[in-house]
Amino acid sequence: MNGAHDVGGMQSFGPLPLEENEPVFHADWERRALALTLAAGALGHWTLDEGRHARESLPPAVYFGSSYYRIWLLALESLLERHNLLSAEEMRTGEVAGPRPAPHPRQLRAESVAGVLARGGPADRPAGDSAPRFDMGQEVMTRVMNPRGHTRLPRYARGKRGRIVALRGHHLFPDKAAHGDRGAAEWLYGVSFEGAELWGAGAEPGLAVCIDAWESYLEPL
Amino acid sequence: MPHDHASDPDNTLDPMTARVMALETALERKGLVDPAALDRIIETYEHRIGPRNGAQVVARAWSDPEFADWLRRDATAAVASLGYTGRQGEHIVAVFNEPGLHNLVVCTLCSCYPWSLLGLPPTWYKSPAYRARAVIEPRAVLAEFGVDLPDGTRVVVWDSTSEVRYLVVPERPTGTDGLDADALAALVTRDSMVGTGFASKPQAAGAEG
Repeated sequence: MNGAHDVGGMQSFGPLPLEENEPVFHADWERRALALTLAAGALGHWTLDEGRHARESLPPAVYFGSSYYRIWLLALESLLERHNLLSAEEMRTGEVAGPRPAPHPRQLRAESVAGVLARGGPADRPAGDSAPRFDMGQEVMTRVMNPRGHTRLPRYARGKRGRIVALRGHHLFPDKAAHGDRGAAEWLYGVSFEGAELWGAGAEPGLAVCIDAWESYLEPL
Repeated sequence: MPHDHASDPDNTLDPMTARVMALETALERKGLVDPAALDRIIETYEHRIGPRNGAQVVARAWSDPEFADWLRRDATAAVASLGYTGRQGEHIVAVFNEPGLHNLVVCTLCSCYPWSLLGLPPTWYKSPAYRARAVIEPRAVLAEFGVDLPDGTRVVVWDSTSEVRYLVVPERPTGTDGLDADALAALVTRDSMVGTGFASKPQAAGAEG
């Protein structure tokens, strides 16, 4: 979706917020927001991409008006409600009516944390009979598309001429994974664009920008 | 902005603290999270995983051509051989700086970053300003870090749009012949592995430009 998150090429944000000797977290609630997001994600009710889409779906004024971990928290709240894990009232009050339920079967236990984090969640999937459509060095065109759902093709790189510079493997397809299809996968490519192709004659000289693009984002030239 | 609430424990909780506490309480009462697991997650990313991991990878690449070659061909396997695996590091690509070529990493759409090698990203990396500007004016961005590249240098910006995470291998500083792996790793800054800095010069070579 054309959300507030898709900021590549915007020019109105001012200087970088650089901070000497920056701490990992700036408030204790940020620690808890990060950990809650990972622990709730481990329950398996949504994919990484559905989580990203929840952040992207925040109204632009909320997105830009929120700190990083506030965006995470708002998205987590919406995911928990959408998946009927907590009601808005329960989240607001911390109160849960009725007897304490048994732990969720996939509750992340303290003793499992190290293993779960060390394993991660690889995104590559067997390609089966599928062969990549594009070759290294081939010129391609990114599609012009404006899907209402999740996509990882940034606006600045749509409808642009680029070149295949890497074959990354056969990876889960976020445009579908964000919306319930957990198995869909496509070939993934590194695609390089010259600065002038993206930004016109005023581009910084010598600039190239590379994105990772799934096969259906691309057309042959 | 930094906040410090440790000094005013008697005051009413600020709204974000109260909101997160209520959420955690509800999640725990529903059997959805184990508070001890939350503590372990925080401990991992605040104290165990950080840019020293990536620095070990770079130092090895500087001193071991076979490892450097492996890192170019299959960085995921090469870094796994040093024990660096896991969340937000499942698929690693290493990009090498060299004279005339400078690599810079960004995630314009969110904040993808190689956690397993560098830890959690700093605020500037997650900021709209960096995400917006890195792809359109990387030299202006680099200037804010005090990085000035010679004219004619090719600047390649890697926008992390998939689950591939990028590690920049900075150029090895001059005056580092004979340094062991630990001494080399000490020169590898976090920013140099994102492409917003250079590796540090060794103290003894302070006279060099």
